[in-house]
Amino acid sequence: MSNIMFWEAIQRAHDEEMARDPMVICMGEDIAVAGGTYKATKGLYDKYGAERVIDTPISENGYTGLGIGASYLGVRPIIEIMSVNFAWLAMDQIFNTAAKVHYMSGGQLKAPIVVRSPGGTAHQLGAQHSARMEKVFMGIAGLRVVTPSSPRQAYGLLKSAIRCDDPVFINEHELMYNMKGEVSDEEFFLPLIGSEVTREGKDVTLFGYNISVHWCLQAADMLATQGIHAEVIDLYTLSPLDREGIAASVRKTHKAVIVEEAEPAVGVGSEVMAIINEECFYELDAPPVRVSAVNVPIPYNHTLEKAAIPSPQDVVKAVLKMFGK
Amino acid sequence: MDADVKKRLLREMLFARRFEERCYEAYVERKIGGFLHLYPGEEACAFGVLEAARPGHDYVMTSYRDHIHAIKCGVDPKAVMAELFAKVTGCSKGLGGSMHIFGVEQRFMGGYALVGGPFPLAAGIAKAIKMKGGDEISICFLGDAANNQGTFHESLNMAKVWDLPVLYICENNLYGIGTRIDRSTAVVDQYKRVAGYNIPSEQVDGQDVEIVYEAAQKAVEHVRSGKGPYFLELMTYRYRGHSMSDSNAYRPKSEERMWGERDPIIMLRDRLIAAGEITLDDYKTMDGEILETIEDEVIKFAEESPEPPPEMLEKYTLVENDPWVNGGAQ
Repeated sequence: MSNIMFWEAIQRAHDEEMARDPMVICMGEDIAVAGGTYKATKGLYDKYGAERVIDTPISENGYTGLGIGASYLGVRPIIEIMSVNFAWLAMDQIFNTAAKVHYMSGGQLKAPIVVRSPGGTAHQLGAQHSARMEKVFMGIAGLRVVTPSSPRQAYGLLKSAIRCDDPVFINEHELMYNMKGEVSDEEFFLPLIGSEVTREGKDVTLFGYNISVHWCLQAADMLATQGIHAEVIDLYTLSPLDREGIAASVRKTHKAVIVEEAEPAVGVGSEVMAIINEECFYELDAPPVRVSAVNVPIPYNHTLEKAAIPSPQDVVKAVLKMFGK
Repeated sequence: MDADVKKRLLREMLFARRFEERCYEAYVERKIGGFLHLYPGEEACAFGVLEAARPGHDYVMTSYRDHIHAIKCGVDPKAVMAELFAKVTGCSKGLGGSMHIFGVEQRFMGGYALVGGPFPLAAGIAKAIKMKGGDEISICFLGDAANNQGTFHESLNMAKVWDLPVLYICENNLYGIGTRIDRSTAVVDQYKRVAGYNIPSEQVDGQDVEIVYEAAQKAVEHVRSGKGPYFLELMTYRYRGHSMSDSNAYRPKSEERMWGERDPIIMLRDRLIAAGEITLDDYKTMDGEILETIEDEVIKFAEESPEPPPEMLEKYTLVENDPWVNGGAQ
């Protein structure tokens, strides 16, 4: 077991897979010579060379499409899009080609690409560098969407995503690359459908994913001081969502709060609520609640930026209200 | 070009013409659904280029006007027609349709329905070829209007930066759907736009299959020998509207007549007759045989094939039984 940073876990998964399979390549803006904006591909250029570790021009749709085309012939590209805000420019190739080509070719072609990209609000990056786009990706058939909350998940999910024959989008977070966590020194893989019970509890379930798992854990600590034992479920796969895992926890606690950094409409929260409705409505003791971002473009001003997205305190407030406190 | 090759090309192009005309009829009969984009008028482009390449060995992709490129690559015309008829025996199992013809075994890597979408995909195939070290090339056929998409510029740039073995064929039929090229495009000669990416390019008559063949030979040789990408612009014309839903009212009749006089099939036919290689009767006999084949084999197969079963609805959304979805066989 090693205590390593999020970016180191990602780098290790790249390195192991590139050493194993010469068809694994990585590409993106500044990922090769510069080692990556978040260091996730550090050292790989020196080790594997320019043919396999590729600095691309700033042409998101172009290089994503190029990766998809290469994947038809068995290349396994790991594409880093420097910021999820730029992924909008690659949506044409991700949605129109990668997500659909297996289907529309009658199963003849596969597009086994991995697209990794950080989203979320960070440090006053303003409206065009603070998007949270997981809701967009998870609504598209033919695409898998995962989102790690820890270095262990970042490693295990990327390992499986590289080997999986489906296109996989990995939603990372600008603020989490230096977060530390325990990762086994042994090679391991995480399933591309699943969730984890991060903290056991009996009174209410807090559903989080990516950074909001950490807000849920902080909220659970605060709630414990008031005698409320919250269970925290980490939804590390967003498409497909783990229906069984979601329902199992609600059957146990009978109350659900979904915490998301994104705006509320058409998002993880609304989707989880729908699943709860479909799977275990009669187990509920209270209407499920979302804790979401305010429905605004993210402002530059630091105070307003903080006000736009949820905090652990917001989660605590929502739970206390649910308990009539 | 050898006389036997010319005669074979005449037969192949006439087959393509009759195939597409029969699609038109089947569409009117409502046997074919969706959108249908036909190729008559442009035959010399696909046949001239692919005759100079190695269909079945080289990788080919194109837009939604894709039936004929697939057939020239070796996809069975019966499977193409069955696809148009939405049958499970179709080359894409009835899930793709006219705009999504695929024949991966024949290395026809697909028809794509977003204008300009294949530019980077074809560059990616070339990247994979280069990594694997084969002598195949990647060939991408697209229309002139696709060059106004960002993918054109992004892909040409990457193809040159990495010197990828990709041949871009521009079938310039002068119209982007219903908008004439000079009304939408600042530089109407498409091969000139490529100079900005330091890629060799050429513009030739796309109606004369021999001229196309010769230009394509040079282009294919350039790409296959490892010198990087090449761009070939073929001046051509489609006889029908952009698709079946296009009234084709935007083109002057005089222009249509002018291009009709340079029909790629008639030009080749008359050349072969003048050289004493065939007679007009030979041609008429061949035409009759082709029509018979299309009716008795191609259409019959498509008509009689079953539709995809209901369980195919979800079968190919994601890859079935991928072990890594469960974290591998642990």
